[in-house]
Amino acid sequence: MATLTTRIDSTGLVIEIGGMPVRVNSEDQGFLAMLEKRYAGYTGSSSEPEIVFDVDLSPHRFPDSEADVCVTQEEGRWTFQRGDFRAEWEPSERHGVIRQSANPYSIDAVLRIVHTLTLARQGGFLLHSASAIRNGRAFLFSGVSEAGKTTISRLAPSDVTLLTDEISYVRKQGDSYVAYGTPFTGELAKLGENVSAPIAGLYFLAKGPENRIDPMSPGEAARTLLSNLLFFAEDEELVRSIFDSAFEFASRVPVFRLTFFPDDRVWELFQ
Amino acid sequence: MTTIYFARNPKVAARSLDGEMMIMSGRDSTLFTLNRTATLLWQSADGRTPLDQVVTQTICVEFDVTPGEALQDAETLVKELADHEILQISGDPIPQPHAAGGKR
Repeated sequence: MATLTTRIDSTGLVIEIGGMPVRVNSEDQGFLAMLEKRYAGYTGSSSEPEIVFDVDLSPHRFPDSEADVCVTQEEGRWTFQRGDFRAEWEPSERHGVIRQSANPYSIDAVLRIVHTLTLARQGGFLLHSASAIRNGRAFLFSGVSEAGKTTISRLAPSDVTLLTDEISYVRKQGDSYVAYGTPFTGELAKLGENVSAPIAGLYFLAKGPENRIDPMSPGEAARTLLSNLLFFAEDEELVRSIFDSAFEFASRVPVFRLTFFPDDRVWELFQ
Repeated sequence: MTTIYFARNPKVAARSLDGEMMIMSGRDSTLFTLNRTATLLWQSADGRTPLDQVVTQTICVEFDVTPGEALQDAETLVKELADHEILQISGDPIPQPHAAGGKR
């Protein structure tokens, strides 16, 4: 486990999720302090960030404050827009600009998008799932809202390290996959630990009268996985990458359906 | 009857896993799972072999169906897949940029 030291210099802060350092520059010390608190455990001092974002907090007027997220790419330059922010990112220059107000939610969305796009090119992805480490192995528990991600996270015994109760970070390493902790929280509102472990299995959740694990065929696993991935861009090349990543994952990692009764006995299945 | 040539749209992603052919549209990320007939058509979609030939040489060999009936169903299916931009159809052979073209 890497030990990260928190450091805010006069102009920026490095937020490192999934081993990818992203530097956020702002002239507003209050904003940086807010980010330091929001991303506690994920702020570091890397001198070589993979991406640098300059945040412009000057008053902006966005055309539609209710607009849903829209991610587009033109000639290698990405644009992310939502009702509360507009960001541009030039991967070849490792640099971007975010225009938003001084809130932690806009930049959180930008970070999710950037990590999704970056991981897609590396065979990884962000997944709607809780994840946790027990005995050196990571278990992922995926499902839609109300499927039980927060419940199973809340039931985790003390020897379990929670990586996230909402969005799992999956990175391909060689022929295997590793889950990283994320600061992206769900109902539990508790940041995951900033650690990682090889993935032992992915479980699609359903609540039921008993605890039961049923195997899924690779095809069903890939289909279900695809429907639970975070993905924003309407970009043909990236769609293909995500599609291939899901199939690759489903063919290499055991995938199951987990029906569970919501009490702590469910964790007896994960030793 | 018009001859139909059909080819895979190079902009879709396709994978066969455990006997299931799945295709994702690059345009809107819609996921399609092909049935056995659609899978045979997808696998035969080389842009050079006309549909009626695929029907007699592949569909009728696989299924107990008359060529006329099979061709009618195949035409409907190919047009549906073309509507979803999974296949391209034309009255003339369709040149393919890559010979290997995504058949997995």
